[in-house]
Amino acid sequence: MTSVVPRRIPIDRELFASLDPPRLAGATCGRCETTIFPAGLSCPRCSAAGSDMSVVTLPEHGTIWTLTVQGFEPKPPYNAPPEGFAPYAVGYVDLGGVLVESLLVGDPAMLDIGLRVWLTLVPTGAAGEVTYAFEPAAGLGETGAGR
Amino acid sequence: MSTDRDRDAVDAVYVVGVGIHPFGRHEGVTAMAMAEHATRAALADAAVTWPDVDLAVGGSNVSGKPDTLVSRLGLTGLSFVTVRNGCATGGVALATAANALRAGDADVAAVIGFDKHPRGAFNSDPSSYGLGDWYGRTGLMVTTQYFAMKTRRYQYEHAISDRSLARVAVRALRNGEASPTAWRRTPLTEDEVLAAPTVNAPLTRSMFCSPSEGAVALVLARGDRAGDMCERPVRLASVALRTRRFGSFEVFSPWLAPEPYHSPSIDAAAAAFAAAGVDPSEVAVAQLQDTDSGSEVIHLAETGLCGHGEQEKLLAEGATEAHGRIPVNTDGGCIANGEPIGASGLRQVHEIVRQLQGRALGRQVPAAPRIGFTHVYGAPGLSACAVLTV
Repeated sequence: MTSVVPRRIPIDRELFASLDPPRLAGATCGRCETTIFPAGLSCPRCSAAGSDMSVVTLPEHGTIWTLTVQGFEPKPPYNAPPEGFAPYAVGYVDLGGVLVESLLVGDPAMLDIGLRVWLTLVPTGAAGEVTYAFEPAAGLGETGAGR
Repeated sequence: MSTDRDRDAVDAVYVVGVGIHPFGRHEGVTAMAMAEHATRAALADAAVTWPDVDLAVGGSNVSGKPDTLVSRLGLTGLSFVTVRNGCATGGVALATAANALRAGDADVAAVIGFDKHPRGAFNSDPSSYGLGDWYGRTGLMVTTQYFAMKTRRYQYEHAISDRSLARVAVRALRNGEASPTAWRRTPLTEDEVLAAPTVNAPLTRSMFCSPSEGAVALVLARGDRAGDMCERPVRLASVALRTRRFGSFEVFSPWLAPEPYHSPSIDAAAAAFAAAGVDPSEVAVAQLQDTDSGSEVIHLAETGLCGHGEQEKLLAEGATEAHGRIPVNTDGGCIANGEPIGASGLRQVHEIVRQLQGRALGRQVPAAPRIGFTHVYGAPGLSACAVLTV
């Protein structure tokens, strides 16, 4: 199980608390309890900065809050996956204290507001590189299926 | 001895002239040339000349430095302010000029907006929005996604059908057909709008505005001059500008607060209505930012022109048609005119002025409307609203 997983490079280290298992890193404000993503050094709600902000691991599952399907290939700097552009779903996932914008893996026709989804990793257009996504059932993202 | 009323009339700001260069695609015509055309038309409309103008405010997002227009219009030494606030550029230009007039810095001001965009969706650089490269590279940095996601959530919460979204586009194109300076002037049926290729579900290509080209200019004057310059000056009763507060659902947001609702459109509209002493129910003709059908539906309620969810019935009844109870985007809005960013907000004012002066041929709101309203909304969370009266 562990030895066959190829080396994966995160598209941006700041996004992740860990890659295996995939976990997103946010930051929570010690003053007003606002959670932001990606982690940052200041709070947009109460203007707290520096030591008031602490990095937190975000929940690995939530529900789709809203979504759409990207029907045309975005202009650069969009980096299409290795197999080329195909329409993909995008949405906000409600993780409790924060809604995180994310690619959504799976048949867009099966995705809807309120659907429960889990965090996964999907390949980007750069060799060996991964970004985060959410999927309705485990195992789709690791193979890149549905993107 | 002057009374408060006299003082108020002198300090009031009026639109005394409007000019427009048709919106659309104009091969070989520069944005500056369009701006000059619109400005000369506005000056002629106000029966003044460029040397009469002592302050100008110009805005363009991508098509050059507005203050260089003086080399075309005349090197008179006037004060020229340049503004650049995305889709709200026109509203900000208007507010800047109005405030200068109220402060007594000028008696006659020109407000000029223009742009000439390449074809296709607007492209954005993540770093200019304070975002990491990952955001653009993974395909999240697309403005149309945002409009679609906001619309989808709004439909879910307020029971707005896809057919209502189609009705907005159908009305926009019908009004565009009647508006001689509009770009898209071929009407479509609701079924044709729904069947058009999907850009970002639930929004089809016919429900979106496109980047385009065009220019608009206004001539403003203080109350003590306006009556001499224009037979029917239109009073700029208020103009208000607001940026987003915490909890607003805005474009290019990797995260949102739970239940994000507080749009800057809500704040800007409320401030504009309060400053004008006008209730939204008194508005006889309105211009709302219709980047897409869903945006117009949402803005109808956010600006206070109706309650959330009432749009479904209003659109089905035809209440937003030129002859309806709340005429909206009578010149076809962004959907029929496209969006030259710097000119778009001023196009709204141009249309309201024509409506209130009773010279919106072919699309005139009946029964001599007295109160008009304009609303622009731009990235990343900025709105400008104005109330105009006769």
